[in-house]
Amino acid sequence: MALFQAQSDAQLALMDAAARLQGRSLWQDALERFKSNKAAMGGVIVLCLIGFMSVVGPMMSPYRLEDLSWEAISIAPTMDNSHWLGTDDTGRDMWVLTWMGARVSLTIGIMTTIIALLIGVAYGATAGYVGGRTDNFMMRFVDVLYALPLLFFIIILVTVFGRNIYLVFVAIGCVEWLTMARIVRGQTLSIKRKEYIEAALASGVKTGTVIRRHVIPNVIGPVIVYVTLLVPTNILVESYLSFLGLGVQEPLTSWGVLISRGANSLETAPWLLIIPAICLAITMFCFNFIGDGLRDALDPKDR
Amino acid sequence: MKTVLKVENLKVHFPIKAGGFLNSKIIPLRAVDGVSFEVGAGECLGVVGESGCGKSTLGRAVLQLIKPTDGKVLWLGENLCDLPREQMRQKRSNLQLVFQDPLSSLNPRLTVAEIIREPLYATDPTIGREDADQRIDEIMKAVGLLPEMRNRYPHEFSGGQCQRIAIARAMVLKPKLIICDEPVSSLDVSIQAQIINLLRRLQKEYGLSLIFISHDLSVVRHLCHRVMVLYLGRMMELADRDSLFAKPLHPYTQALISAVPIPDPAKERAKGTLILSGDLPSPLNPPSGCVFRTRCLKATPKCIKEVPTVEVLENGHQIACHHWLK
Ligand code: SF4
Repeated sequence: MALFQAQSDAQLALMDAAARLQGRSLWQDALERFKSNKAAMGGVIVLCLIGFMSVVGPMMSPYRLEDLSWEAISIAPTMDNSHWLGTDDTGRDMWVLTWMGARVSLTIGIMTTIIALLIGVAYGATAGYVGGRTDNFMMRFVDVLYALPLLFFIIILVTVFGRNIYLVFVAIGCVEWLTMARIVRGQTLSIKRKEYIEAALASGVKTGTVIRRHVIPNVIGPVIVYVTLLVPTNILVESYLSFLGLGVQEPLTSWGVLISRGANSLETAPWLLIIPAICLAITMFCFNFIGDGLRDALDPKDR
Repeated sequence: MKTVLKVENLKVHFPIKAGGFLNSKIIPLRAVDGVSFEVGAGECLGVVGESGCGKSTLGRAVLQLIKPTDGKVLWLGENLCDLPREQMRQKRSNLQLVFQDPLSSLNPRLTVAEIIREPLYATDPTIGREDADQRIDEIMKAVGLLPEMRNRYPHEFSGGQCQRIAIARAMVLKPKLIICDEPVSSLDVSIQAQIINLLRRLQKEYGLSLIFISHDLSVVRHLCHRVMVLYLGRMMELADRDSLFAKPLHPYTQALISAVPIPDPAKERAKGTLILSGDLPSPLNPPSGCVFRTRCLKATPKCIKEVPTVEVLENGHQIACHHWLK
C-alpha cells in the first residue's frame, strides 16, 4: 500500500510538468497534418480561386452570355476587343462561357454530392447500427440498384421527365449514394463493436445520444474523404452526360457542354476544346489532392 | 455480509446458424449454462477460466448488456432480467463495467472530462456544470490522475493511465458493484500491480463489490476474497480464496493452479505439473455428462453419462464433480 502511494506520487509529480498543457484533439491533429501537406493546400487555394472566378469571372468581361456576335466568330484568344479566351462558333465570348460553365459544373458536383451524402449517411448508418435482418435487406436493395447501369437510368429519367438541370442533380445523386451507403455502413458496423459504445450503454446513456456522440463523429472521417473524391466524379459524370447530349441545356452551359462542342471544331478552333478541358482537369486534380491530403490527415494508422 | 447480487441459474445461449446453405439449422451456443453465485457488499469475487469459457459473457449478462436466455439476476432482491429497458437504464448507475483494452473503451474524440462527465449527465441530466466538474476532479484524484489533465484526449495517455480514466468513468457514479473484465491483461506487469492496488484501495474506501474476471490466477489470488472457476460456461468450483488455492478439489482447478509458475526454482521442479492436454471443446457441441471429462485425469464412465450436480460443503466450498473425494 505504502509502495503504491509512493509510486503514484512520484508518477503524479512526473506528469505534473506536462499536465497543464491543453490536450490536442484528433481533429486538431488532422488539421495540422493537412496544413503541412503542400499538394492538398495548393489544391484548396486553386479551387478557391476557381470558385471565386466562377462567381465574378463573367462580370469582368464586357460581354454577356447571350451576346452572339457575327463579327467575331471563332476568333483565337487575343488581347484586342476583350475576347481574352477567344469566341466560339456562334461568336459568344469564351471567357464568359468558361466561368459560367464552372458555375454550373461546380454546382452540379457539390449538389449531387450533398444529395448522395444525405441519403447515403442516413441509409448506411441505419443499416449498420440496426444490423441483422434489416441490414441484410437494406444492403441487398443497394446491390440491386448497383446492378442498374447509370446511363440507362438517366436516359429513362430524361425521356420520361424531359431535360432539365434539376433532373441531372437528382439522377446523379440517386446513383452515387450507393457507394456512400456502403462506406458508412461498414464504418458503423466496426464502430458499433467498439467497447466505448458498450461502456456508454452500460453507464445508462440513451441510444440516440450514443449515435450522436460516439458513432457519427467516428464515422465521419472516411465520409469526408469520400465526399471530396465524389465531387470530381460527379462533375465528370455530368460532362459525359452533356457530351452525350443528356446534360444541361443551352443557353446554360457547363464544362461538359463546352468540351463536347469544342470537340466538334477541334481542327478549326482548338482553343474551344483546350480551355474547358484544362479547367476541368485542374479541378479534378485539386479535388483529388485534397482528398488524398484528408485521407492522410485522418488516417488512424498514422496516429 | 449482506448479499447485493445474487445470480441464479444464469444461461446465455446464442443462436448460431450451422450446416450448409440448404439444410441450415439454428443451434444454440451455450456461452453460459446454468451459473449461480452471490456477491456480498464490499466483496471481491474472482471469475477464472481459459479464454472462451464464457467469463466475459457472464459479466455482460449480469449487466443486461446481453439479454440472458434464462435465469435470474437479483440486484438487492430485484430481478434485473424482468426490468423494461428504461428502468434498467436508470439502475445502471449502481453497476458498472471496466474493460480489458483501455484504449478502445475510450472514445478517441472526447476529452477525459467529457468521457467522465457522460455517465453523470446520463443518469442526472439536470446536474449543474460546476457540480459535475467538481465530481470529475474528485474522482480523477481518487484514481491517481491529475485534474489538470481533464482537457486531454485518450491517445495522449499511456495504457495504465487510460485504464485509470476508464475506472474513473465507472466510479464517478459511485456504483455499488463494478465488473472488471480482464482489466489488467493488456498492461505491462509493473502497471498491472498499480491498477490492482488502485482497485483494492477504491474497494476499501468506497465499500465496493467487485467481480473480477481474469485468466491470471496470481492476480486473482492477490485481489479476490472468493474465486469461481468456470469451464465451458459452467461453474466447476467456487470457494474462498484461501481454501481454493491451498486445497483445490476439482480436477480442473488443480490443473489450473499447478500450471502457475512458482518463483522458487527448487519448488517449481518439485511441484510437478498436471498438464491440461487437448483443447477446449467447442461450446456448440459440448461433451455429454461432465463438460470437463475430455481432459480430465479422473474421468470414469459415470462422468460421460451424468452431469455432476453442484455439492456444497459445510465451509461454503461449492464443487461440481462426481469424484472430488478421490
Ligand atoms: S465429473 Fe468426472 S470428468 Fe468431470 S471433473 Fe469430475 S472426475 Fe473429471
